[in-house]
Amino acid sequence: MAHSQTTHLPVAAGQVSRLTQALMAMTLGLFIVGFVGFSHIDVVHNAAHDVRHSNAFPCH
Amino acid sequence: MNTFRAIVFSSVVAGFVVGAIVTVIQQFGTVPIILKAEVFEKAAEHHDHGAAAAAPGGAAAHSHAEHQHEHAAGAWGPQDGLERNAYTAAANVLTAIGFSLLLAAIFAMRSGNAAGRVSWHEGLTWGLAGFAVFTLAPGLGLPPELPGVPAAPLLSRQIWWVLAAAATAGGLSLIFFRRSVPASIAGLLLIVLPHIVGAPELEHIETNVPASLSHQFVVAVTLTSLIFWFILGGVTSVAFAHFDRANPDAAPT
Repeated sequence: MAHSQTTHLPVAAGQVSRLTQALMAMTLGLFIVGFVGFSHIDVVHNAAHDVRHSNAFPCH
Repeated sequence: MNTFRAIVFSSVVAGFVVGAIVTVIQQFGTVPIILKAEVFEKAAEHHDHGAAAAAPGGAAAHSHAEHQHEHAAGAWGPQDGLERNAYTAAANVLTAIGFSLLLAAIFAMRSGNAAGRVSWHEGLTWGLAGFAVFTLAPGLGLPPELPGVPAAPLLSRQIWWVLAAAATAGGLSLIFFRRSVPASIAGLLLIVLPHIVGAPELEHIETNVPASLSHQFVVAVTLTSLIFWFILGGVTSVAFAHFDRANPDAAPT
């Protein structure tokens, strides 16, 4: 019994951590898209101008 | 952090591949139409500057104020030609990496342990879901717009865009994952809701940009985006399966 517990614990921890890591990656992805496509900074807007229009992100 | 690393690696690979492909497609599709529209935009601006000089500080040309801000105060912008296209390519790659991170994160949640791998075909399906969430739903209320076409204040449109995308993502999740009649009805209502509220729009739009050009642009953007999401879903799923293959976080029990 003690043996089966020790083999199960790391797997359970790995599962939780996989979800957490996936959520971290999602946050990073949303941040990147938000910065490129939704930033109000003029320089960022001008650099990504054609991409904003081509992706139908709100622009101007 | 093996899963995070697998997600990031696969997104970077998929982002470069899809960003490069989409940059080429845009050069034949959307970019020529944007450049044509800018001719009309610049012609209208010369006109506006004349009016602004005649009435300094006035609220004249209010509807044009939104699209003037980017050209105001001499903010840096890339030179037309190679430099501008290089920034477009870079922004395409970054956007593709960003959206690919979302897809790969979903693939991570739906694979590993007993769940098995996400196939390339499931990847394509998720790509199509991305197209529905990030292009079709926001585009219904806020169709792709050309430079030189006045629109409602930027922030209000951005907020509506994000809400429409989020509601559609939530609605599709309720329909496909809950598999119950009440959840499906709730999902449908959630998808429809932002369109009942309505996207912010101006009451009166005056532009020199021909309507036929705007229509061409809507078609070009929507098709380009379909191709973008289709390839992004497929490439991300294959790349993620590759980088995640020896991941102890996803080890079968």
